[in-house]
Amino acid sequence: MPDPVAPPRRSPIRVLIAKPGLDGHDRGAKVMARGLRDAGFEVVYTGLFQTPEMIASAALQEDVDVVGVSILSGAHLAIFPRIMAALRDQGVDDVLVVAGGTIPEEDIGTVKAMGVSEVFGPGTSFAAVADYLREHAPNRDAAPTS
Amino acid sequence: MTGADLVARLDAGDPRALPRLLTLVENGDPAGIDALRRLAARSGRPHVVGITGPPGSGKSSLVNALVGELRQRGQRVAVVAVDPSSPVTGGAVLGDRIRMSDRHRDADVYFRSMASRGASGGLATATRRVVRLLGAAGFPIVLVETVGTGQDGVDIAGLADTVVVVQVPGLGDGVQAIKAGILEIGDILVVNKGDLPGSADVQRQLRDLGRSHPDDPDAWRRPVMPTIATEGAGIAALADTLDAHRAWLGRHPGNRDRLAAAREVGEASVPVLRHAAESGTGWLSAAFADIDAGLRTPDDVAAELVRRATAQ
Repeated sequence: MPDPVAPPRRSPIRVLIAKPGLDGHDRGAKVMARGLRDAGFEVVYTGLFQTPEMIASAALQEDVDVVGVSILSGAHLAIFPRIMAALRDQGVDDVLVVAGGTIPEEDIGTVKAMGVSEVFGPGTSFAAVADYLREHAPNRDAAPTS
Repeated sequence: MTGADLVARLDAGDPRALPRLLTLVENGDPAGIDALRRLAARSGRPHVVGITGPPGSGKSSLVNALVGELRQRGQRVAVVAVDPSSPVTGGAVLGDRIRMSDRHRDADVYFRSMASRGASGGLATATRRVVRLLGAAGFPIVLVETVGTGQDGVDIAGLADTVVVVQVPGLGDGVQAIKAGILEIGDILVVNKGDLPGSADVQRQLRDLGRSHPDDPDAWRRPVMPTIATEGAGIAALADTLDAHRAWLGRHPGNRDRLAAAREVGEASVPVLRHAAESGTGWLSAAFADIDAGLRTPDDVAAELVRRATAQ
């Protein structure tokens, strides 16, 4: 007799799209939010002017699988260490962190060394981002029952 | 991570435990269902307040203002905000957090966004379980913001103790207000954006609606309350009225709880019944095949299911 409770199903990947810093350019973040929605993701969009602490507490409360940071201000070398530290402070140590926006080629290695898994520059297709996230987002779905 | 582990982490004060549990409950994961079972006995009865109304009426701003007021009164508050899932891709953009940005340092406010995941009544199927879990986690009040709804989407009435329907000036003539729909389920009618022209007219029209109620001296007199959520105007009065309605409910329990349990069991049955159907054996599976073949109706099968369950 099989257990009459349905087995776990693969649930939608939850992505936080955050826009840190003081520049007001959120078009890219909004376009990406919509593109990921159309690819079947659940996207928590937090709006402009997010501090690292706000990003971390949203990631914690929303239990997202992915944190996507859009940054166009040029402050990436300063902001990513603070975001990674804030996530660690909140105990959010198992999310995939990715970046979008304008990060110069020569800084990508540095940003990745800070813990950012991938950087999506201008012109990256939604499909490429969606494929990357599907492949790399932690699957915390299947909690073993015992 | 089992349900028992997660409950232990919750009790130990691990801040990740509740968000994780909510995800598992939302996904119908067995570990989440198990955790709910373990927490059932201690399920506090939170005051569940539904906030519903059309898109753009200011529900999120109202929730933000209300959270601020409740925090000033020393209450811990949980918010569940539901946004629609795409019927085509299943994806969603959950944008209700934008208005809550100034609360991130406050450990006594928990905000969670939910996608409707195919449900059409303004909530997600799992919203009720999520609210139950928040109650078990000790939140005395849970605000549930529905998908933006117009003349339909009344599931919140079956979940919330107190339903706040948010209206704004400029949505249509008086005929809109006498159509059936969300206005009927409101325990409190809020006219937000009270600084816009036409606010007084909308308030008067809504008050006129209230007068058609039977003249029972102890009936709840559904108040019409103007607010300007972005400025905090009218919010303290709204919080007082939420308390007053809860107190009134305490004096008039009615049969609301029994209906809620029936609905909840109905929702919980769907995955269990689906699994039974997929197993391909037994009475249920045969009954489902009969329904597919047009030999029996779903009502007939449901009635027999209950007859069998109550036979002994």
